[in-house]
Amino acid sequence: MDHQSATAPLLDVRDLRTWFHTFSGTVKAVDGVSFTLAPGEVMGLVGESGGGKSVVGFSLLGLIDPPGRIEGGEILLDGEDIARASEERLRRIRGREIAMIFQDPMTSLNPVKTVGAQMDEMLRLHTDLDEGARKARCVAMLESVGISRAAERLRAYPHQFSGGMRQRVVIAIALLASPRLIVADEPTTALDVTIQSQILKLMRKRIAETGAAMILVTHDLAVVSEMVDKIVVLYCGRVVETGPAREVIANPSHPYTRGLVDSIPNPKHRKPRLAQIPGAVPDIRNLPSGCSFRPRCPRAQARCAEVSPALAPTRGTLSAACHFPILEEVAAAMATTGGERA
Amino acid sequence: MMGQLLASQFFYNWRRNLSAIAGSAIILVCVLIVLFGPLVSPQNPYDLTQLNLLDSYKPPAWIEGGDPRYLLGTDGQGRDVLSSILYGTRVSALIGIAAMLMACTIGTTLGLLAGFYGGRLDAFIMRVADIQLSFPSMLIALFLMSAFGTGIDKVLIALTLVGWVVYARTVRGSTLGEIQKEYVQAARVAGLRDAKIIRRHVLPNVLTPLIVIATVQVGTFILIEASLSFLGVGVPITQPSLGLLIKNGFDVLFSGLWWTSVFPGLMIMAMVFGINLFGDFLRDELNPRLK
Repeated sequence: MDHQSATAPLLDVRDLRTWFHTFSGTVKAVDGVSFTLAPGEVMGLVGESGGGKSVVGFSLLGLIDPPGRIEGGEILLDGEDIARASEERLRRIRGREIAMIFQDPMTSLNPVKTVGAQMDEMLRLHTDLDEGARKARCVAMLESVGISRAAERLRAYPHQFSGGMRQRVVIAIALLASPRLIVADEPTTALDVTIQSQILKLMRKRIAETGAAMILVTHDLAVVSEMVDKIVVLYCGRVVETGPAREVIANPSHPYTRGLVDSIPNPKHRKPRLAQIPGAVPDIRNLPSGCSFRPRCPRAQARCAEVSPALAPTRGTLSAACHFPILEEVAAAMATTGGERA
Repeated sequence: MMGQLLASQFFYNWRRNLSAIAGSAIILVCVLIVLFGPLVSPQNPYDLTQLNLLDSYKPPAWIEGGDPRYLLGTDGQGRDVLSSILYGTRVSALIGIAAMLMACTIGTTLGLLAGFYGGRLDAFIMRVADIQLSFPSMLIALFLMSAFGTGIDKVLIALTLVGWVVYARTVRGSTLGEIQKEYVQAARVAGLRDAKIIRRHVLPNVLTPLIVIATVQVGTFILIEASLSFLGVGVPITQPSLGLLIKNGFDVLFSGLWWTSVFPGLMIMAMVFGINLFGDFLRDELNPRLK
């Protein structure tokens, strides 16, 4: 709703609210989140643990289990509101239109079934290919994610693969049915740092080739900066800042994003101590009045406790939900590669 | 397949475990008896034309007065005890295995449903299981048998009702663990129906502990069936199991005619002992925590 998408968006999320009604109160895990995604666009959904990032992902697939419920808003996939779609329709969307990649490749493959069987299941479900064609497709897909001797590996079990290899398999499975949107929920968090960038590059490349759009859910801004076109920053279930990735990372206008950016280690500017955001994410059942970030915010003033700020354009292409956004362009600690600072 | 088994860790450990080999040997003998017992049996103890009342209560062949035709002696109707055991083992083992399969199927299904769906269904199934567990299994079986009457089918029903609980509880527990794992989420995300997720993804991952339970339970069921038959509420007299053979001989046990009861008893003991030995080996092999 804030963005200059010339083409019709593939995904248009409007005022999504997903709440969990628990004994100790209503948890508004996602509370009025809006964003759009053009075909082929890669979006980073960023925030701290408990910020509602994964819930957004599961909401898109209609996989919110009780006591959770999508309370309001629309999820328009090609104009069709899938927040209100039947379970039957959702099953056809899952895997075929929207695929998901999980965090832990150690548990996201079934340990007692061969990789080939798990890939085949996806194709049987979502395509009409015959057995030979399915197998050929699986082999080609495994090769495309960088797994050699693919035909042989189809008969292997997940435990015979390393973590990085397994995540490649998971990516291959997600891409099998040629989905138009891929939700990757912290896809590299469980991997070695050295493998992380390999996998990210692979995802970026394969997704560009297939033309799918992607939502990369992560708490790691450094991961996001390498591969996304735009960023949506979530805090306590709300969008606090959104804009093109480069701008958000180089010059964020919301104090929370700023804090996240400053807490990324930068070998160019070695400091005795890494910057951090003071305090912790508040109990989401019991949010502070006004702006949720207020208790941790260095810029907070009296007004922040009274009125909850709405998302509004701040500077350039950025929008933020803040009464006192950072309007001046400060070279952030992370400030792009080679950025010199006085 | 065979080569794979011979080269496996499982086989390697089996070869080095004396009690596992002993258990397997006993089970193998029992299986042979079940399959071929009637073929090698010296007589058909339930074909009245083959019985000779004059031969009643013959002691075993090696005791004075024994008849070489009746290796383990005869009972009051002149039945060859060895033949009775060969036929009776078949009845006992088949009842144990059939009841185990039924209990396992029903218990596993209920456990999967309870674990996967949770909520009221889970609470209901598990409370029924709790109630069932608070009765001695013998009492439940006796109660059911007195309600339904006797007969092999009734014995099977009684054993199934007694035995499903242990599967349901085990499977429910493992299912709760499995559905936390991302591959179940991944299957949902792929658009699979619940039924397929349960059958193709959760079930294969919760089966391992059941193999041990099922093995040991066959032994337990053979014992319960023997007890029921001994109490006269088990199998009908026309298809006697080992338990019924013991009962038939029990009346004269203290008159010195011990062989009619003791040999069937030894057969039950050997069979259950073999099953338990093998079951213990399986438990050690399949329990990842003991590795």
